[in-house]
Amino acid sequence: MLNTINDLINLTKEHGDLLEAIFHYELKHNQLTKTEMLEKMTCQLEIMEDSIKKGQKTVLSNSKLTGGAGKQLSDYLKETTTLSGDLITTAMRNAIAVNEVNAAMGIICATPTAGSAGIVPGVLFALDEHFQMTLDQKLRFLFVAGIFGMITANQASISGAEGGCQAEIGSASAMASAAIVDYFSQDVNLAAEAFAMTLKNLLGLVCDPVAGLVEVPCIKRNALGASLAIAMADLALAGVKSVIPADEVIIAMAEIGKDLDIKYKETALGGLARSKTALEIEKQLNYQANRKE
Amino acid sequence: MEKKYHSVFDIIGPIMVGPSSSHTAGAVKIGLMARALFQKQPESVDIYLYESFAETYKGHGTDIALVGGLLNLSLADPNLKESLEIATKENLKVNFILEKGIKTLYPNTVKLVLKKADQIMSVVGVSVGGGKALITEINQVNLEISDDLITIVIFHHDKPGMIYQVSKILSEKNINIATMKVRRSFKGSNAMMIIEIDNSDLNDSIALLKAIPFIDEVILINLNQKEQSC
Repeated sequence: MLNTINDLINLTKEHGDLLEAIFHYELKHNQLTKTEMLEKMTCQLEIMEDSIKKGQKTVLSNSKLTGGAGKQLSDYLKETTTLSGDLITTAMRNAIAVNEVNAAMGIICATPTAGSAGIVPGVLFALDEHFQMTLDQKLRFLFVAGIFGMITANQASISGAEGGCQAEIGSASAMASAAIVDYFSQDVNLAAEAFAMTLKNLLGLVCDPVAGLVEVPCIKRNALGASLAIAMADLALAGVKSVIPADEVIIAMAEIGKDLDIKYKETALGGLARSKTALEIEKQLNYQANRKE
Repeated sequence: MEKKYHSVFDIIGPIMVGPSSSHTAGAVKIGLMARALFQKQPESVDIYLYESFAETYKGHGTDIALVGGLLNLSLADPNLKESLEIATKENLKVNFILEKGIKTLYPNTVKLVLKKADQIMSVVGVSVGGGKALITEINQVNLEISDDLITIVIFHHDKPGMIYQVSKILSEKNINIATMKVRRSFKGSNAMMIIEIDNSDLNDSIALLKAIPFIDEVILINLNQKEQSC
């Protein structure tokens, strides 16, 4: 049984280590051997690294609404002493890079979704740059993020259309935060604290994409998620605990998602998508599309 | 519904062309499964979009993705972007119908009505998030086919002994049945078996199943081959 974070903590106790627990689960339920899993995850890792590299050049989306922020942040990192520190700024740069590639219909690895695909790889490769992780450590990071995400997806949702943006950016950020804490502590209880605190901070976030595109505000919310994941990992590593346990935060997210009006679930019928500027953008894009046809 | 996400790789993945896992990758998978069920490329398809699909399909590339799947393109195929043009070239007529304001059980729902000559099939698919997709209806019969499992769909006459004959062949070929469901719309009508199996190596078992009397069609759904690997 692996339905809850609590189950994951118990399974880790049973196997002595979180990664061993994940390997055991995958072998039992999906007949995947350790070699197959590592091979497949290495493949996902390569695609992630590739998309980060691509997004450091200017990649314009079809709508031309986004692209170039990844490059701006790369230049800024080279030239300036950043306010939020190089680790967080690099993570934000990476996260934005992946999502600019995604918006331009480039190839990415969904983690857990395409709209939130920048956060986990963004944080991972920023950590790698600063702490020189081994391949095994990088793969472990993805397995840990993935197992926390799988539990969230089954207990609540990872779909903006079903649960709002909290389900996508919230889940991705919490997964990343848990994986950071695991990298520094190998303590699944601490990882669960980081997961809970990150997800709590993003509850209620609505999905209101301008012109129905996965661009505004999605891309910059990946920067939010990457920075928050690192910040909450610091809290957890300092010993700060979430009053509400991770499993209850997940249930709260599911309930909020159910109650959210359909306007805020990837329909572009509310929020930023109905702002004056968004409506003008929508009109302009429709005009261009009609002219093309 | 049972647990939808079975593996870490449902979360870390799929590798896909952007911009949306539910509206693009999930939609490609629905197109691929519908094509597999129809067993050929249709000549025309009516595509009914509901809820979030109906509102944001253009921005999210859902139209391109569904048609890409119907054309047998994979999730990470760079040609996906040009699927509508490819459809025109290959004489696949596509008609989008937006069913705005109609509430469905899942927010990202699509009904595809596939036609070729006098053959017609309707398939309902839902994209549940993160690139996961399910088929929930074939020809108005409710069922569930998941994108990440290997599934055999059998169309057969509603007669005694059908399950026995099918399971006999699978057992002789050492194919393990994970789950099996039988569906029909009313007594004596045409029926369907949905069998999820563990093995991907089926050898001649599909041909043997096809040879059973009163079985009309045997269809294998295995999207794993369409997933990108490095």
